[in-house]
Parts: sequence; C-alpha cells; structure tokens
Amino acid sequence: MNQNQFHIDNVDMAWCPGCGNFSILKALKMALAELEIQPKDLVVCSGIGQAPKSPQYMNTNFFNGLHGRSFSPAVAVKAVNPNLTVIVEGGDGDNYGEGGNHFIHNIRRNPNIAHFVHNNMVYGLTKGQASPTSERGFITPVQTTGVILEPFNPIAVAISLDASFVARAFAGDIEQTKALMKEAIKHKGYALIDIFQPCVTFNKNNTYKWFKDNTYYLDESYDPTDRVEAFKKAIETDKFPLGIIYKAPVKPTFDENIGVYKEDKTPVCFRNNDNKDKLKQLITSKR
Amino acid sequence: MSNSSSIAKDVSIVVCGEAGQGVDTIAEVLTTILKKAHYNIFVAKEFMSRIRGGTNSCTIRVSSEKVNANINKIDFLIPLSKEAMSHLSKRISSDTVVFSDKEFIDENYRNKCKIIETSFASIAKEIGGSIYVNTVASGLILGLFDVDEDIVKTYIEKSFFNKGLEVVKSNNNAIKRGYDLAKSIIDKENIVIKMDKDKTVANEIIVTGAEAVGMGAIAGGCNFISAYPMSPATGVLVFLAQNKEDFGIIVEQAEDEIAAINMALGAWYAGARAITTTSGGGFALMCEGVSLAGMIESPMVIHVAQRPGPATGLPTRTEQGDLNLILYSGHGDFPRAIYTPGDMQEAFYLTAHAFNIADNYQIPAFVLTDQYLMDSFYNTEEFDLEDIKIERNIVETTSDYKRYELNDTGISPRGIPGHGVGLVQLDSDEHDETGHITESMEVRSQMVQKRLNKLEELKNATIPPEFYGSEDYKTLIVGWGTTKNIILEAIKQINNPDLAYIHYSQIYPLHEFTSDYLVQAQNTIVVEGNVTAQFARFIRQETGIEIDTKILKHDGIAFSVEELIENIEKVI
Repeated sequence: MNQNQFHIDNVDMAWCPGCGNFSILKALKMALAELEIQPKDLVVCSGIGQAPKSPQYMNTNFFNGLHGRSFSPAVAVKAVNPNLTVIVEGGDGDNYGEGGNHFIHNIRRNPNIAHFVHNNMVYGLTKGQASPTSERGFITPVQTTGVILEPFNPIAVAISLDASFVARAFAGDIEQTKALMKEAIKHKGYALIDIFQPCVTFNKNNTYKWFKDNTYYLDESYDPTDRVEAFKKAIETDKFPLGIIYKAPVKPTFDENIGVYKEDKTPVCFRNNDNKDKLKQLITSKR
Repeated sequence: MSNSSSIAKDVSIVVCGEAGQGVDTIAEVLTTILKKAHYNIFVAKEFMSRIRGGTNSCTIRVSSEKVNANINKIDFLIPLSKEAMSHLSKRISSDTVVFSDKEFIDENYRNKCKIIETSFASIAKEIGGSIYVNTVASGLILGLFDVDEDIVKTYIEKSFFNKGLEVVKSNNNAIKRGYDLAKSIIDKENIVIKMDKDKTVANEIIVTGAEAVGMGAIAGGCNFISAYPMSPATGVLVFLAQNKEDFGIIVEQAEDEIAAINMALGAWYAGARAITTTSGGGFALMCEGVSLAGMIESPMVIHVAQRPGPATGLPTRTEQGDLNLILYSGHGDFPRAIYTPGDMQEAFYLTAHAFNIADNYQIPAFVLTDQYLMDSFYNTEEFDLEDIKIERNIVETTSDYKRYELNDTGISPRGIPGHGVGLVQLDSDEHDETGHITESMEVRSQMVQKRLNKLEELKNATIPPEFYGSEDYKTLIVGWGTTKNIILEAIKQINNPDLAYIHYSQIYPLHEFTSDYLVQAQNTIVVEGNVTAQFARFIRQETGIEIDTKILKHDGIAFSVEELIENIEKVI
C-alpha cells in the first residue's frame, strides 16, 4: 500500500506557504498508509479553522462539523460503528477553547479514537487572536497589551483525567510525528497528540526555530506509565517534552462499556433490529 | 357530588401535599387498582421544583367514559399538609368533600365545602407507622368505589412482595381500615359513588406522555439517544435508558446539550437513528446543531418538552411558549418538520413517524410536547405496531459517490461510512456535491435551492389537522398540541352545533387546508398556552388570516375544561 490511497492531486489548499499543517497532513497520510488502513474505513471528524480543513485535502470519509464540535460526533460514530478508524483533527482553539467542555468529558469516556490537535498557539483563520494555548504576553490585534491568561495545558488536563495515551509532537519533525500518530491510532483507547506547529503568518513568537529551541525528546529511560512523573513532564515549559508522556493501564473503551456490544459485535448501524415482538410485549405490560 | 340515587359519570379526586409525602404514590395506587376494576382513569400532575417540602397535587379523574382532560372541580380532596387546602383555594367548591386528619384541615374552608375528619395518622400508627397513611387514605377512596377487595389484595401482594410478608400484611391491613372508614362515611354521610364500569378498559394500557414518546422512538427504530437531563424532558431519556438492553439502544448522558445534538448527528452519519430530548432552555443550546443538521442535510429527531420561560422559568410547570423557537431556530434557511402531539396516541405514532420523516427528507424533525403531557397518564388503546414501518434510506456507496448530488427533489441518496467503496463527506461550510468547501456563488445558490426543494417534497407529507364538528360551522376553534382533549371536553359540554374545532398535530409545514377552514368561519378562536398567541401569529404569517379571539394561558398550569368553557361562551 502506498500513500496514494489517501493522497489527492491538485487540491486547492487554503494554507499559507510554510504552514505546519502541510507537514502534519503528510505525516498523517504516511501513517495511515503504513498502517494499511483503507480510506473507506476511516472517518476524520474536524471542526472549523485552518487545521480542520485537513480531511478535505485527503481521501477519506469526513464529518467537518461546527467549530469546537468535532469530538462529539466522533464518539458517536465510533460507538455506532466500531469497525471504523475514527480520528478527530483540528486546532487548539477548536479543541481546547470552543470545544473545551467536550475535550474534558470525552476523555472521560475513553473512546477508541486518536485525537490530533494542531497547536500553533494562535487563531489563524480568524486572523491572529490569541488561542487557549497562547503564551502570556503574546501581543495580538485583540490582546493588544499582551495575553494575560494562563495558557491552557492540554497535557496536564488529559493526564488528570487519566487519558489513555498522551503525547506531544512537533510538525517540523515529520518522521517522529508520523511514528507517534501510528502509535496513537493503534492504541486501544483515547490517544491525544498535541502537535506543536508554527503559524508563519500570525504567530511571530512561536516559530519553527522557537519550537526547535524549546522542545526536547523524552528518551528510553523515561517511563510513560508513571502517572506522577507524567504530571511533572506536563508542567515542564522550559523546555516542552516531546514524545509519549503518559500511557494509562489498559482499560475498557467507550464502545466496550456502553453495553450494546456485549453479546453482538455487529455494528449498531448494520443491525436489523426487528424489535416488534419485544416492543409489543413492553406495551402490553402497561395494561 | 352524587347521592345514593344518582350515577356519577366522573369523579375527580385531588391528593395534595408536600414533595416526598407520597402524593404521586397514592395517585399511582388508586389509578392502577381502579383501572383493574374497569374504570377509566386520568391523572394530571402539578408540582414544584423541589425534592422535599412545598405543595404538589395530583388530579385523579375516575370515569365511566374517557375524560382525559385537566379540570378544576374537586369532588374529593385529600390534603396531606397544612398548605394543601389554601394551595387549591380556587378549586374548592361547595361540592368538594374533604377527607382529612384534623391537623391538615384549613378552618378557613369550614363553610366553603364539606369536611369529613379522618384519623389516617392514628390508624397508620396502630398498623406500624406513619408510612401507612397513604395506604389508609387509598383504602378510603377504593372503599367508596366499592372496589372488589381481591383486586386490591392482588395489587398489594404484587407491589410489596419484595419488601417481605410483614409489609404486605400491614398494607393489606391499612387498606382494610380504609375500607372501614369508607363504609362508615357511606352510612353516615350518604356519600355513595355509583359509576358504570367500562370493560374495554381491561385491554388498554396506562402510559405517561414520556413513556408514549419513548415507545414511539423505539417503534421508529431509535437505537441512539444522547441527552442532557432537563425537566420535564428527562423521562424520555430515563425510559430509553431503562429499556436499552432489550432494544439495543446506545444511551449516553451528554456533558451539555451542545454535545447531545452533535453526538446524535454523528450517530445518524454513521447509520444509527438518533433522538435527543430536552426543554426550551436546553434546546436553546442546540440551535447551532439544528443549523448544522440543515446544512449537512442530516436526519435528526428532537423531542422538546416545553415549560414556562424565559430562561430557567418554571422548571416543573407547563406552557406552549416555545413554538417560535422551534419554528425559527438555527441560523440560515432550511426545511424542518414539527409535530405537536395532543394525546398519548399521537405522542406514540408521531414520534415513530418523525424518524421516518427525518430519514426520508434528511431534515430535523421535532416532536413538541410539554410538562402537562409528559407527566399525565391515563388508560388508552394499546399502541398498534402493525402499520408502523421503519423506512431506512441508506445506500451502499459506489466509488463515484457524491453525498450532495443535485437532482429534482433535492434529496440525495444517503450513504454511510464503511458501507460500500465510496466516501461520505459532510461539511458545515457551504459545499459542493462532493461535500467539499466551496466559495462558488453559483454552487452556493444551487445548494440553497436544493435544500429548499426538500420543503416542497415535505409539504406532500403534511398531516392534515383533525376536524371536529359539523360542516356548516359558524365558529371555529383552532388549537395545537396538548390542549386537544381539554378543548374536546369543553365543546362537548357546550354542545353548540355551530361550534367546530381543528386540532393541529403537525404545525410545520402548515397544512394547506388551513386557509379554507378559517375562511369558512364567521368567528375564529385560537386556544394556546402562551401570552403572545404564537400559533395565531404563525397562521397569519402563512395565510394572511387574523384569528378573531385569542384564549391564552400562561400561569404555568394547563387549561382546565371549566375555564375554557367560560372563555369560549363569552364569544359565541
């Protein structure tokens, strides 16, 4: 299987030259091809922003929904048809701001879904406002005297909810990003990768060089199954650790817990529920 | 009230007390047993938004013919708290007989009604504790109806079986003491109920509005519900949760209403049949999701149980005040269907129907009810599944599949991911036939038109309003939703051959006969539970016809038959 399965030629891509989204998309297509997933069996759910346009630029089923609302449909899709590979993809505003509540509570559900957040610490599509992950002091057309809020820490939040798999990547490193994506997709349970990327047009602070200088890779000596150590890593900002930061002990996924697949593994969407007799019984029991 | 020589057609019993005292339990016990004794029963509940304290009441109607409507009159009143009688001050009349222990008798009413002092508390104490007060009181009422004691015994044994023999025995004892009280009242006070029985009741079911909607959903093929708890709509979520194993339903309590509707849309995308349930304030959060459904052309079934607004309003009361919201919610133009069931039968069939309509036309379909319907219950004909067909319209995709293929009807074949070799691509942005984002003005117009074409198709499937009365009517009453049985009982009592009534169980699209019906009348009246006559305004918008008289209510309680009669007679 070569990467052409997911590749589309001559797509009019709305991203600026040099945008980190290009690398992330490339890494994703490679990861999917190497995992031998078929486009028809993949669903990518995204919201609104520049990053959420990604599924439109590849060969896949997609549900490009509302801003902040990509995760909810994804959880439902996976529950209704667990045979599909489901990925949630979008930006930091989409996933941590508008979608913040869904981020928190869907992690609690532990859906068997890979979640790729393109984190460029700015709102690109709407032209440069601060995002939940923007650094303090970041100056924008709206935060004219600099961001005064504490940046949202998705790694720490995810670990506090005992997210099944938590990682951080950097778009500038396609091979490593691809490798992490493969791990996340293969992982049984919720898998988050917060992917640092530069926004060449609207974020002149957190550039390619800035990310290179302010990140480091965790090495083999690091044990991601130690949750307390993971919290320590989560609050490191000088420099930010990259790689798999936390891996929870294996636990049942959302579609295993909801009960409909206890006895019958057929996806709910393909069941021929002839419930008439049972329903008649239920109705008659109300006499 | 009846004396020993007349036959009562219907008796209304009101039980009133604090939350947690067992008002609902008494209503359930009485109606279950009275139905087994072949009487028609109806219960309307009004209650405060609290778990303990306050004052709540159940109005229980027992009748030889069906009377499934809210009324004011109280034949028998059982107050269980000091505030009960004053709470019902407007409904107590000289015909009301109050059965009450001394401590709950409000002396202000001594001369306004008949008060019979009872000793429920001391009897209960003899039996084993104040917990038996409710059973003694129930026994009194059942004794007045002279219900066959075997029926009661069977019920008690079944209900308290798992609490042990002692509890069963004590409850049977409590019932017997209640019967003794009834006997002495019949002898001393000459209060006797003679009511014809109705054998057809035996094969009927008792359901609440919430259960009717829930069953309708299952009948409609529902296999997914995501919802956020909100009075008075939670009952539907609870019902489906309790039946999820038997029917293979995915049930998930969402973190908020925004998640609820977005999850449901994801479920439809993947091939499930999803519903959500909420009330006005929760639905307000779903408006964006409704707009999404319109844009991605996804089926969706939304049950909204109305309560008085704005904002938090009266969480446990009833109103018909969200019609405008349901009509116009969701930015942009796209079609929808709105069903407004008026009784349990409609609640069941229309909910099932909503799933097929949603699937056929790929639109959001609403089932609009209210607290009055949700919490009422009565015996009704068993729901018939014979004619209900689950119409699934999913296609297996081919490699050139386009989700939004343009055609005459505007309804493109709907594929789902993983079913066929094609790709199913949805976009909340304006999109081309393949579901990809577009800024082309031409494509935009085509898609707007496509979505609106579906409305033309949908109009062909509109359920006509139900007409009651003679064809040469002079005055026409127009109503929608849960006022149905109340209006029917009112006009039956008014008994004026010039008076007719149309009941709308679907208000959008508005049926094309509407103008014809209105134009024929010399006098038109709308009856609805909101202050701005929302349905009347909508009719004027669609037909140009102004309805002459508006009978409106917005105090949190459903119309009563009596107040409707009074208001209708003023204008005819």
